[in-house]
Amino acid sequence: MQTVFSIAIDALAYGMVLFVISIGLSVTMGLMRVVNLAHGAFAMIGGYIASYVARDLGLGYSVAVIAAVVLTIIIAIPIERFLYRRIYGAPELTQVLMTIGITFCVIGIANYVMGPTLKTIPLAGPLQGAANLGFRSISVHRLFAIVCGLVVALGLWFAIERTSFGVKVRASVDDAAMASALGVRTEVIYAISFAIAVGLAAFGGVVGAELLPVEPYYALRYMVTFLVVVSVGGAGSIPGALAACLLLGAIDTTGRYLMPEFGEFFFYLAVIAIICVFPRGLAGRAK
Amino acid sequence: MSAVFEVSNLKKTFGGLTVTDNVSLSMMPGDRVALIGPNGAGKTTFVNLVAGNLQPNSGDVRLNGENVTKIGATGRVRRGLVRSFQVTRLFQDMTPAEHVALAVLQRDGRATRLFGNFLTMPDVMAEVAALLGKLGLADLAHRRVSEIAYGQQRLLELAMALALKPKVLLLDEPAAGVPQSDTGRIEQALADLPTDLAVLMIEHDMDLVFRFAKRVIVLATGAVIFDGLPADVTKDARVREAYLGSYADASHVA
Amino acid sequence: MTSSVNSDILLGVKARGSLVRDLIGIAVIVVAAVIGYLLFPDNLALLTRILAIALLVLALDLVTGYCGVATLGHAALFGAGAYAAGILSAHYGINDPFLMTLAGLVGGAASGLLCGAIMLRAHGLPQLVLSIALIHLFHELANKMSSWTGGSDGLAGIAPDPVFGMFEFDLYGQTAYVFGVALLLIVFLSLRILVRSPFGMLSRGIRQDKLRVRAMGASPSSVLIRMYVISGAVAGLGGALNAISTQVVALDTLSFTQSAEALVMLVLGGTGSLFGALTGTLIFMLFEDYVSAANPFHWLTMVGALLIAVVLFAPKGIYGTAADYFALRRKAKP
Repeated sequence: MQTVFSIAIDALAYGMVLFVISIGLSVTMGLMRVVNLAHGAFAMIGGYIASYVARDLGLGYSVAVIAAVVLTIIIAIPIERFLYRRIYGAPELTQVLMTIGITFCVIGIANYVMGPTLKTIPLAGPLQGAANLGFRSISVHRLFAIVCGLVVALGLWFAIERTSFGVKVRASVDDAAMASALGVRTEVIYAISFAIAVGLAAFGGVVGAELLPVEPYYALRYMVTFLVVVSVGGAGSIPGALAACLLLGAIDTTGRYLMPEFGEFFFYLAVIAIICVFPRGLAGRAK
Repeated sequence: MSAVFEVSNLKKTFGGLTVTDNVSLSMMPGDRVALIGPNGAGKTTFVNLVAGNLQPNSGDVRLNGENVTKIGATGRVRRGLVRSFQVTRLFQDMTPAEHVALAVLQRDGRATRLFGNFLTMPDVMAEVAALLGKLGLADLAHRRVSEIAYGQQRLLELAMALALKPKVLLLDEPAAGVPQSDTGRIEQALADLPTDLAVLMIEHDMDLVFRFAKRVIVLATGAVIFDGLPADVTKDARVREAYLGSYADASHVA
Repeated sequence: MTSSVNSDILLGVKARGSLVRDLIGIAVIVVAAVIGYLLFPDNLALLTRILAIALLVLALDLVTGYCGVATLGHAALFGAGAYAAGILSAHYGINDPFLMTLAGLVGGAASGLLCGAIMLRAHGLPQLVLSIALIHLFHELANKMSSWTGGSDGLAGIAPDPVFGMFEFDLYGQTAYVFGVALLLIVFLSLRILVRSPFGMLSRGIRQDKLRVRAMGASPSSVLIRMYVISGAVAGLGGALNAISTQVVALDTLSFTQSAEALVMLVLGGTGSLFGALTGTLIFMLFEDYVSAANPFHWLTMVGALLIAVVLFAPKGIYGTAADYFALRRKAKP
């Protein structure tokens, strides 16, 4: 019972972290139809910045989170302007090559600047330790990650369904040409969505650093994890992404607990099985 | 003589919208049938259903008496049902000779051979040269498709279809997008089609329909409203209503 | 009538032209091999590795360049061939280099069949994700089955017999080098025949328009599966060559990085052309050797920058861009 409960909490926390990181990828893929393999690199950059701010500069956790999000977006803006814009609408292979090139560069630079070792982000006081639920105690950080995931999901849902920006985003997802004919400046929508996506990735990278440790190969190690969320959940679908994250979180965490000696074997097996059964994603509308 | 091609009670709905409504028709070898209808009548959906690119909700498609409804597009082609596309779909970096040779080889079940250059296969090349020559494309045999004119690309589509030696040929607007000056060649090619071949042509251009077809079928809102001689089609009250009505409705679009 | 006679003549010219190109290709490979031997007599191990990787990149070109399937997991086929050859020697004591090479071919083809069957379940992004998941799965599996594969320590104890009982696999790697060059020549010629064959032509058609191919009555998935098997056989040969020449199989042969690097090499040289695949491999591997010796820390950054540069400035790759340039010049000169 103890094990089941721990697995469930860990799986939920892990799934939520995955969600925070990959939802931006899902939205941008739905919007710009770019196969972005470099998304994890932005989460990693966020993690490094937070680690530097909180550990090396000794500033607080909340400062670290904000700095990570803001600085990662600032780093991403020229990348979007000069590299991504060249590949909107390009063949898939071109997009794969460009974004994997960006990923390699980020990894190489991170390795050079920050060194090959694992970086930790010291948690704020209230997030350390365990919360007592009466019958069981759970790590506060795990709860924090779960709450962050829920807040992001609700916030995004609200932004997309209830704001004028969201209307423009949805119109551009459905038919970019028509949207721009109707006066929506799709370039601006793309840029803003990209910034939000990168910001969320950085946020997820920081919040999830306990579960997905920050090191130079982070961007490669979790590349398939983030991509699979999108391809299983369906690009641009928030409920799809949420379902995919919870499912994958459950599979990965259970595998680690019960069969640690098999490493990621069952995770990848499950990924292959899920895609083979649902080649169009769980939501079934990914093209 | 029995029908080479038969469609019975074919029905297709998208959501709540019925786009093909209990369509039935049958064709004999050598038939020249034109399928016409106002915009949105469901002609393209009908072609896709017949060719096997879409599955119907109900109804059957029969080829030479065999029910092929459950058989996919490739299986139907192998059984002799060949289609052309409304907008040409050709391999841009290949040559007309390669296109036709590939079709000839595919028909003979040799297209997956791992060796042998067809350029050195005399039987294949003889057929390719004959077909391209017949359609006036011989001089372009080794140009890239991307370099030849659209009217010639249409002829090449026809050459590919003929190379498959079909029993039933579905032509989806064979002259669409071709400049007026080039339609003569296409019309000539259509007139020269093998006499035992059953041809179903979807077409907008009524002049072409009257010169080509021995029989006309009119489709409106997914259903057959006329099936008879070309001479009678303009006199039919329902046809007039379908066309004039829809033109009246659609006038703001045009 | 005259025009069809005319086209018959043209056909003959074209067929002869491609034979000339075959001969030029063989001559270029042989000359490059001899130059390599003379320039780097002490580094034949590197040259042999280039040959092995060239086979992997050629294999990748078959599915990516000719059929248009983007994959980041092709090293799975290379690694499967390497392990098949290695296990035959290390566990079964069958040390004949030809049998080991054959084992590599069979192992690669079998994994090609498996990967192809899985990859074809999806298209687009899900397909790409499948390829990444597959290479990770193969990696984890090889790591787990350490009694067979040696796990992360690598598979040691591979001891190939002398070729024809006469030429031992010496310390300098001369035999392995000649063996590798011969293997590459055979594969190159076979693939030249393959890409010109009806099957090769059909594959190019599939890359451009699957619907059109179906309307001709051909089934794209059956062509793609066959191509995957052939590609697996070629990649497996590369893996076997690697196992025979280094006498060890490292877990790295089955890695995502190896897959991604193979794709980089292919794109660097130019997709959809065997010459492009060979050009890209040669340039990339020499570059890697030079840079990673000088500064291993920046290797990944350099590869990344190189990729971005190719996408932005030479989307057809080095060979493709050069070929276009010369074709234009030839056209300009009547």
